[in-house]
Amino acid sequence: MSKPNLEKKASLASLIGDQTPRPGVKKVDPIIIADNVSKRYGGLQAIDVDHVEIPRNAIVALIGPNGAGKTTFFNILTGFETADTGEWFYDGKPLRGVAPHNLPRIGLVRTFQLTKVLGLLTVMDNMKLAALKQTGEKILASVFGFLWKKQDRALEAEATEILKRFKLYEKAPDFAGGLSGGQRKLLEMARALMTHPKLIMLDEPMAGVNPALTESLLDHILALKTDGMTVLFVEHDVAMVRKISDWVIVMAEGKIVAEGLPDQVLKDPAVIDAYLGSHQDTDLGLTTGRITLPKTKSTRSSK
Amino acid sequence: MDFQNILFNAINEILSPTTAAYALAAMGLSVHFGYTGLLNFGQAAYLLVGSYGFAVATINGWSFFAAVGVTIALSLILTVILGIPTLRLRADYLAIVTISAAEILRYIVTTTGMSNITGGSEGLSGFKGTFSDMNPIPEGTYNLGTLVINEYDLWLRIVGWSVVIVVAILLFLLMKSPWGRVLKGIREDEDAVRSLGKNVFVLKMQALAIGGVLGSLAGVIFVLPRAVQPGNYATTLTFFIWTILLLGGAATILGPVLGAISFWVILSLTQGILFGLIDSGIVTFMSVTQVGQIRFMMVGLLLMLLVIFRPQGFLGNKKEMSFGV
Repeated sequence: MSKPNLEKKASLASLIGDQTPRPGVKKVDPIIIADNVSKRYGGLQAIDVDHVEIPRNAIVALIGPNGAGKTTFFNILTGFETADTGEWFYDGKPLRGVAPHNLPRIGLVRTFQLTKVLGLLTVMDNMKLAALKQTGEKILASVFGFLWKKQDRALEAEATEILKRFKLYEKAPDFAGGLSGGQRKLLEMARALMTHPKLIMLDEPMAGVNPALTESLLDHILALKTDGMTVLFVEHDVAMVRKISDWVIVMAEGKIVAEGLPDQVLKDPAVIDAYLGSHQDTDLGLTTGRITLPKTKSTRSSK
Repeated sequence: MDFQNILFNAINEILSPTTAAYALAAMGLSVHFGYTGLLNFGQAAYLLVGSYGFAVATINGWSFFAAVGVTIALSLILTVILGIPTLRLRADYLAIVTISAAEILRYIVTTTGMSNITGGSEGLSGFKGTFSDMNPIPEGTYNLGTLVINEYDLWLRIVGWSVVIVVAILLFLLMKSPWGRVLKGIREDEDAVRSLGKNVFVLKMQALAIGGVLGSLAGVIFVLPRAVQPGNYATTLTFFIWTILLLGGAATILGPVLGAISFWVILSLTQGILFGLIDSGIVTFMSVTQVGQIRFMMVGLLLMLLVIFRPQGFLGNKKEMSFGV
């Protein structure tokens, strides 16, 4: 695998043309458009997004304090939760009401914040399960091995290649339940690739992953962009967001409060106040997972 | 104490048609629980539907295969009724709904209002004709070493165990396939499987249907050596099938077969030994009539010991279990 060039980030013009970055700004080539999406839990307005667009073939980070609604927004986009209002589109196709299992077929796949590896299946079976359009998954065809063995072998070859890339190949015959937390994150991402996605949505891919693995995960995510995919990810690790993302969207209290290039957004005083804390530029070493930043101004509202 | 008789009685349980019926019902439960993670606590309902469907259809003049077709159709209808409201919900709901459904069905067939069809609490008999008419084995008695049986019982054993073997092969092929892989995936985490583009609801319905059909076929084999008695389809039947499944190993093909055989051998041995001990005056604190209950208590104790010390059953994979919940 060739090392992707970290400097090769998308330019402002290629993302939004000659507009100035602001929440809800139109993108030149959006892959996801969401309008007026809201979700209320009792008295809590969990999600209240007027308009947001996700640019195609870019790495987009969704950041924000805990409880900002990032994961809920993910769940709504992927059909795992229903929204009270709103419409959202993938490649121009309306997604509202589309069942989650129909999304990978049109190229959208997600991972979960709490990894969902299939523990009592082998790592290889986890991979092969993810492939779409398998003849052997049809109940009548499944008893006739000759109908699907060839396809299964092809999938195994493909899975082997991806597992080698993710340094998991040695684990292929082991139960996925025996993997470490970081390896599970890797497996979940590798498994998602078996569906040949165009848009991959990663919910906290770095949480609980050790520094050495974080480096290789970063490379994998960058490689996804090189391969033409769009990556939308939720992350708390600011160092990582700054390093790999082309575009950053900040959520707080269910709303999109800032959008822009990472360097600019992460310097925005409102964002620093609401989320990052004023010591975010201090090098705390390679940050992995959560770091409790000093709570100097963090209680102030983002507005 | 007549040890030879006790031993022979136990050996005879190995190939008895009842053992075959329990093995088949436990295989169905293995598809539900072992492979798909569906908590079906109403397997007795499928046996009931199988037994009554077969008996009623036969008594009303249907041929053997038509009657078996009726039981399969009824079990599929039951699957739809149970599955559509519950399979979208969490696993626990299926457990509650199935156990209630099994009891509701048992009360329905017992009611006097239905007695012209189901025989009420009397049950049904006189439905073995179509099966014995197909018997190619000449009339007479046959010596199986420890057991002397007539041509009907021999024919029933052959058919019953052939069905078990065919089903075992089919299940083996199913579970080795990508279809079986998705089922196991659903057992582990259905949201993950859903996010990977699998229609979890349809697959769960298919699994419920297959296990249910096996249950209803078990119901047919179960009644062929006896009369239909509504009391046989109480929740204890479901729990015996669960015991057999856990004894043999939940996510295995041959576990239910081994479980059913051991279950009935153990029951027969405990009964024989307890009877013998009472007869010879060694045991005085219980009577022969209490033995029936005592031996089930012992089976319960055995089940507890097994679950504590060998949770994977006889054939399960210890490694696979150790990651479990």
